[in-house]
Amino acid sequence: MKGLLGIEDLRRDEVQAILDRARHFQVGPGQRFRKFDLLKGRMVVNLFFENSTRTRTSFELAAKGLGADAISITAQASSVAKGESLVDTLNTLGAMRPDAIIMRHSASGAPHFLQRHLEIPIINAGDGTHEHPTQALLDARTILDRGKQLEGLRVAIIGDIAHSRVARSNVYLLSKYGAEIVLCGPASLLPMELGQLAPGVTLTTDMDEAIRNADVIMMLRVQLERQHEAAFPASEYFPFYGLRLEHLKLAKADAMVMHPGPINRGREISSEVADSQRSAILNQVENGISVRMAVLERVLGGEQNAGAAH
Amino acid sequence: MPALLIKNGRVIDPASGYNAVADVWIEDGVIKGVGPNLSPANAEVFDASGLIVAPGFIDMHVHLREPGFEHSETIESGARAAAAGGFTSICPMPNTAPVNDSPTVTTYIIEKARRHAVVNVFPIGAITRGSKGEELAAIGSMRQAGAVAISDDGRPVMNAQLMRRAMEFARSFHMPVINHCEDLHLSAGGDMHEGVESVRLGLRGIPGSSEDVMVARDILLAELTGARYHVAHISSRHSVEMVAYAKLKGLPVTSEATPHHLTLTDAGMIPYDSNYKMKPPLRSSSDVNAVVEGVVNGAIDAIATDHAPHAGSEKMQEFEKCPFGIIGLETALGIALDRLVHSGKINVNRLVELFTVNPARILGLERGTLAPGTAGDVTIFSTDQQWTYDVNKSFSKSRNTPFDGASFRGGPVATIVAGQIVWKA
Repeated sequence: MKGLLGIEDLRRDEVQAILDRARHFQVGPGQRFRKFDLLKGRMVVNLFFENSTRTRTSFELAAKGLGADAISITAQASSVAKGESLVDTLNTLGAMRPDAIIMRHSASGAPHFLQRHLEIPIINAGDGTHEHPTQALLDARTILDRGKQLEGLRVAIIGDIAHSRVARSNVYLLSKYGAEIVLCGPASLLPMELGQLAPGVTLTTDMDEAIRNADVIMMLRVQLERQHEAAFPASEYFPFYGLRLEHLKLAKADAMVMHPGPINRGREISSEVADSQRSAILNQVENGISVRMAVLERVLGGEQNAGAAH
Repeated sequence: MPALLIKNGRVIDPASGYNAVADVWIEDGVIKGVGPNLSPANAEVFDASGLIVAPGFIDMHVHLREPGFEHSETIESGARAAAAGGFTSICPMPNTAPVNDSPTVTTYIIEKARRHAVVNVFPIGAITRGSKGEELAAIGSMRQAGAVAISDDGRPVMNAQLMRRAMEFARSFHMPVINHCEDLHLSAGGDMHEGVESVRLGLRGIPGSSEDVMVARDILLAELTGARYHVAHISSRHSVEMVAYAKLKGLPVTSEATPHHLTLTDAGMIPYDSNYKMKPPLRSSSDVNAVVEGVVNGAIDAIATDHAPHAGSEKMQEFEKCPFGIIGLETALGIALDRLVHSGKINVNRLVELFTVNPARILGLERGTLAPGTAGDVTIFSTDQQWTYDVNKSFSKSRNTPFDGASFRGGPVATIVAGQIVWKA
């Protein structure tokens, strides 16, 4: 495994290996994460061109939990703000010889573009409206932790699908397991071509239809910052696409509610649902660390490559 | 200057219907004669055995970046690239800095070209001042200064009333109105063709309809005004169909296609590689097939490159930040031969028409033919010699092309402007 740019290009067994390994790093309720020295002496750079405290912290904890050194650079603090090009920035970082670069960028494909110019493996921590592979992995881990199977699972993903990297990565991952994926949102945020992304995907603009018999309801953050023009009347969002308690009656009895965070209470999800027993939102955050540990270990090669010349 | 005698080539002059192995005699910058066994005194001889001898190719859509963006291209470097592509005449679009919206800028370009360009340069003036789409530019004065058409290429006139006025005014000066058809509201923020690929890559889409609605509007306005109207770089199936319809109705509507829109699809892009980023974007295979069909059935009249140089640093960025456009002068003939002739879609005669007499007629140039007395511009090309394009040897100052390393069967061999060989393979 070189870097991790997206779920689309992974085979199912590669996904499974990460999900399995992540269990090894999980801890029980209320416990602190254990420390390993599997990546002792290795260095990773967290390069965040877009703010994301949650994902950046999660990667940092994961790297440190494995004994690696982690340096975080945010775009505002780096020379990016001084007009240095993406390639120049990466060449500079490359000269520091990190073992991997974890990258978040607001432009789709930015890590793919850079990987073509750089030997150092890049882990995509979210690129524009394209992919967010570790989010899909941690979501899958969270679903499995609730005793569900991915095969044949009915998952409703609801919100601004068009601009969601979380939705794309989840579609690719779930489809590899033969899950049934229903994408739902206002028509202008639900391009018809989504139906051709992967097998098992259907589309609906009707929230009730999406939720009916669902095993998992994934709500997406409404990305107002990505909405360049009014694609829907803002006041109509919550009434038609916000998740409320009464919706849960339509889903399977043990259905779980997920959200990649940060949540907008009262915009895409009501507080009652977010805080209910059905909600797995905090489990997702926890699993972020264990799944990212598994990804880092895999990309950096773990013990067998530690200390190898590079 | 001695006479030039091009011997034993297959001479193809679609304007006159001439198609035979013969000689072409050029002297004093003009064609003196075409026929078998010509033997003017003291002539320099070019042996064209096994080659095609055609009127000089005309590229009616290029960007030379001068004045204003000389780090990407100059009139001199662009003209050299044109010569290496077999073109003897090129028409630069007005999106320079300053915009070519006045006789001063038109004259500047023509004078620069007279001194530094190895091929003929016929500027295209802006439709509106600064191409801002607000008020008409000095169209008549630019015509007098030498502009051959008007266009706000890249910044299409969104106001239909203003477009109507432009067409009416241009008609009185016998100038075609060329439009880059793109409804800027429908395409806003888009980086590639809207379809499965844009959804998959998470890039914002430019729907085919953003081109189609403007083609439809303009055809109706052309009918209303009687103007000569030309669709630049046509790329969508519906647009090709609408141009065919306009022609059927007898309207003076023409169109051009680029080599890349005849060849590449959105699905064939290297993801996030800005050498595949241009406007109009690479569209679906259905659209590409329609563009090829349009060339075959006559809806499309000319091949034009939309040669759009951008300096390397501009293309080494996040895809969404990269400017639109690719260079194309040197690969146009190779691509057209591959895609249209070797595939059996059209014959060489039709190919020559697309590069010569058709663009000449659209622009009202007395070129694109080998008729005695006309300019001694000739393109000599092969239809079978294998070659590989190496962009690092390009005469252009820019390197932005998806065709680097591509192999072609047939391409330009020599380019002759006013009787002088300005480039030889």
